[in-house]
Amino acid sequence: MELPTQTFRVTRADLVRYAGASGDFNPIHWSDRIATKVGLPGVIAHGMFTMALVGRAVAAWAGAPDAVVDFGVRFTRPVVVPDTDEGTEIEVTAVVKEVTEEGLTRLDVTATCLGEKVLSQARATVRTPR
Amino acid sequence: MSLDPSFVGRTYPPTAPYQVGREKIREFATAIGATDPAHHDPAAARALGHSDVVAPPTFPVIVTMAASRQIIEDPALGVDYSRVVHGDQRFAYTRPVVAGDELICVNTIEEVTTRGGHGFLTTRTDVRTAAGEQVVAVWSKIVVRGEA
Repeated sequence: MELPTQTFRVTRADLVRYAGASGDFNPIHWSDRIATKVGLPGVIAHGMFTMALVGRAVAAWAGAPDAVVDFGVRFTRPVVVPDTDEGTEIEVTAVVKEVTEEGLTRLDVTATCLGEKVLSQARATVRTPR
Repeated sequence: MSLDPSFVGRTYPPTAPYQVGREKIREFATAIGATDPAHHDPAAARALGHSDVVAPPTFPVIVTMAASRQIIEDPALGVDYSRVVHGDQRFAYTRPVVAGDELICVNTIEEVTTRGGHGFLTTRTDVRTAAGEQVVAVWSKIVVRGEA
């Protein structure tokens, strides 16, 4: 079963707010000068910010903010966030792989930005919604 | 970047307790756009059976990232942080983190490999309360990029 797609807009302001809240002040997430110096196309989102948005999507599908019992991803491609009002967009979809008798549901999650996958092996286990 | 495989299995001393604050959970939830009342309102969290506001699933990275400096900055291991890229991340929960938790991290190096000139380092961090209750196990794999 495929779950409804959820879309998240990401702007530079979001990255600044996430840097402050998470304590991850790596300048590749706020300085084009430093991002390009290390070979990136420009400022990129924190991988953990992308994972947090996917976590929101998973919690929304599960229907509870405390339903996630296992959650793992591999970061495969950076999410480049241009310095514009629109920023960029991350699309998150998932398929239900298994519903266990113990009341757990396993999801395979896909996250894309501009049509390219930004995560692989993204999997979550949630308590099955009642 | 070649990392010393003899570090596999090494466990570091427990970190100093991290006090999970209600306002920190609210700030983090706001930063990721998580608007569920259980992240913000203690009464809503209590209605779900928690003692205080509930942290979003990736919140523990605040605690484990700070704790991982033990490994990243271990001079004997010699990781060049300017060459580090985040590879994998996983959280396996015993229960959600809630405000009021006092969390201690125990870091263990699970895997050290070198492939194609890059170093790969997987750490497991057991996040427990000061009283010893397991809360979440966190795995993080970093890639230390080789000199091009």
